[in-house]
Amino acid sequence: MDKIDINKVGAKLEEVFADKVQIQGEPQGILQLQVDKKYIIELLGFLKNDPELKFIFLTDITAVHYPDFEEDQQMCVVYHIHSLENNIRVRIKVFINGDNPTIDSATVLWNGANWMERETFDFFGVKFLGHPDLRRILNIDELNVHPMRKEYPLEDPNRVDKKDFYFGR
Amino acid sequence: MSKHITRITPNQPVYEDYDPQEDLITLNLGPTHPATHGVFQNVLQVDGERIVSGVSTIGYIHRAFEKIAEHRPFYQITPLTDRLNYCSSPINNMGWHMTVEKLLDIEIPKRVQYMRVIVMELARIADHIICNGILGVDTGAFSGFLYVLQEREFIYEIYEEICGARLTTNIGRIGGFERDFNDVAWEKIREFLKRFPPVLKEFEELFVRNRIFIERTSGVASVTAEEALSYSWTGPILRACGIDYDVRVQEPYSGYEDFDFDIPVGTTGDVYDRFMVRNEEMWQSLRIIEQALEKIDKIPTQEFYADVPDFYLPPKEQVYTNMEALIYHFKIVMGEWDAPKKEVYHAVEGANGELGFYLIHEGGRSPYRLHFRRPSFINYQMYAPMSRGMMISDAIINMSSLNVIAGELDA
Repeated sequence: MDKIDINKVGAKLEEVFADKVQIQGEPQGILQLQVDKKYIIELLGFLKNDPELKFIFLTDITAVHYPDFEEDQQMCVVYHIHSLENNIRVRIKVFINGDNPTIDSATVLWNGANWMERETFDFFGVKFLGHPDLRRILNIDELNVHPMRKEYPLEDPNRVDKKDFYFGR
Repeated sequence: MSKHITRITPNQPVYEDYDPQEDLITLNLGPTHPATHGVFQNVLQVDGERIVSGVSTIGYIHRAFEKIAEHRPFYQITPLTDRLNYCSSPINNMGWHMTVEKLLDIEIPKRVQYMRVIVMELARIADHIICNGILGVDTGAFSGFLYVLQEREFIYEIYEEICGARLTTNIGRIGGFERDFNDVAWEKIREFLKRFPPVLKEFEELFVRNRIFIERTSGVASVTAEEALSYSWTGPILRACGIDYDVRVQEPYSGYEDFDFDIPVGTTGDVYDRFMVRNEEMWQSLRIIEQALEKIDKIPTQEFYADVPDFYLPPKEQVYTNMEALIYHFKIVMGEWDAPKKEVYHAVEGANGELGFYLIHEGGRSPYRLHFRRPSFINYQMYAPMSRGMMISDAIINMSSLNVIAGELDA
């Protein structure tokens, strides 16, 4: 079967999802999409099961915290999926509320999403609804913060000798 | 106790009030156990020697690399990547350099690319040597391990010539290498190409047709291609299931498109296939290194870094004598870079799978967010589910054949 082009993916998504999915170009050859959290599983499922697109491979799930964004956009969950046959990568971004981030779990589509989502929960507090075993994975169970969020600085906040201010930054 | 004696098989209780759950023993395999080669804990429910269920606990050596990376300038993140998969740290280093070069849109000269390929393939051989050697040890054959480990030592000597370090190499820089390979390094690489094939052949002769080894590994922990894809497996263990996904071919980086090499695949995805795939990959790596040496010989120039003074540290002599070099030196060391605000995902074929770097830069001296797609972490999550129904001894060799490195697992 012939390989399909990256533009074909965009065209097909526009056809099926219309304005539910925003296509944001292809920086460095990765097609970037943004979607509302209501449609994320629908979109991932479509990309995975479409007989032509075949995005059967989930590369990665992670999150990024943007505390300066508007209230409902502060947490960004990022999915990287890969169509091995067509050799196309797609990055899907979902912006959700930062204080109470919830999103549907992708474990219904890929078993491998299990630990990736646990890691994301552990570090960002994103609650994946429908996840079979949403526990902390790398940090201790007793930890009561989600350490990768931007409100937790790395170093002692009282330390003054390393402030960027002193270096003219 | 008579219950145990009269019971024939675990699934056929003799007494009506018999509850199989009662007889299960909870076994803590790890976190430190000589057979697990790293800090892995699995809490197993065992019925005799058979595993009924298991739960993996990970994170014992979590060092918060992603958080630390958000506070460090780019070149200081290279030592963090060393400590991910410490059996093949040059691949991690190169992967990180290439990620930043992708962010900065730096064109790397062909000679540097081929030099990187040599280092990366040496690292792949060193990693596979460990994995396959240890797999032999776990099945009870110690001698093969001793033969090949000597060659790993030789590879480490080559690293030493190139960068001065052995395990956590911190090899190269953003934009190229810190210095050209010296004559000893070139000589040693050539010598390695001569001395390694007979050793690898001997190693293969010890195992490949060895009846004990085959019976111990063949058919153990067999994984179908669908399962492997569903669990996002990458690397040799995915190829052992019959899927020819290799980042070096799929999305060539660092000049891999110029090389002629094969991607070995297995059929059944069992421990034996994984062993064979790794062995064949070592032969292919040798082929690649040979070609790289030929290609480098044909390049007339002696360049070992790209011409990007904004990002590549100037030579130390110039820093003391040349004002411009001093300024660049200061700016780079202080992290005063003008990097574009972009998002980059770069993947390299690590020794045990697709090692991805997802970098978001929003200005400033350090990344806004850096995420490592660590193949060990993703490959390991199938371990507990796939151990169900296995003998403990099979589960042990299954773990060795997955080549999970604790540093990469826990980041």
